[in-house]
Amino acid sequence: MTAEVLGFWVMAVVLVGASLGVVLTPNLFHAVLYLAAALVATGGVFLLLQAAFLFGVQLLLYAGGVVTIVVFAIMLTERLVGQSIVQTSRHIVNGAVLAVAVFVGIAGFLVGGEPAAPRPPWSGDATVDIGRALVGPYAVPFELLGVLLVVALLGALYFARTED
Amino acid sequence: MPLRAYLLLAAVVFALGLYGVLTRRNGVGILLGIELMLNAVNINLVAFSRFHGDVAGMLFALFTIAITVAEVAVGLAIIIVIFRVRKTIEADHLDLLRG
Repeated sequence: MTAEVLGFWVMAVVLVGASLGVVLTPNLFHAVLYLAAALVATGGVFLLLQAAFLFGVQLLLYAGGVVTIVVFAIMLTERLVGQSIVQTSRHIVNGAVLAVAVFVGIAGFLVGGEPAAPRPPWSGDATVDIGRALVGPYAVPFELLGVLLVVALLGALYFARTED
Repeated sequence: MPLRAYLLLAAVVFALGLYGVLTRRNGVGILLGIELMLNAVNINLVAFSRFHGDVAGMLFALFTIAITVAEVAVGLAIIIVIFRVRKTIEADHLDLLRG
């Protein structure tokens, strides 16, 4: 068993377990913590795929940024309610049936298809290629992304401001 | 590991996120499910990128991550506003637009 196979199974178990925690735990705050674990495990999968730069982005933006914002939102609404938020689920059977159906559809497509080509050797660092592409053919989308982030954050500030 | 293993893992996470979106009643809980689904898509993008030896997939994953951050910021701001106005973020109680 090579290191990649072992790492894949470890990451897969952590990722699926944490995802189950996100959708099943009744305590909203615990769900966010499980989401953080799932996001870090996803970063681990990126590492297995030799995308070290995306691993860093995943940790900084997702596990750092998104989780912090969600925790802030929970604290804020919990403070306004004055009680700990316990969330319940509805339509459990319908949701489970639909989710399983989607998974079976995708899995059937994957298992039925012909096996993909083996992983080509990757010489050099993917970070270098990403950097070159960002200032080369993908420069315009990259700049537009900056505009989008500014607009979205200004919009979020505008929405969440207090009326005074 | 073959490409298929990564795609199957992503499919499991996507289905779990879908289940969360469909069954959660709390607005923040629904957002967490959406996060899981977007994460599964990112795994697919990076896996295809690696197995095709083309860096474009990783760039798409990068763009998706940034757009997700913007989406979460706006989504949570909307949830906070809804909470201020309606005093609840339970999706079942937000039926003003129901015909």
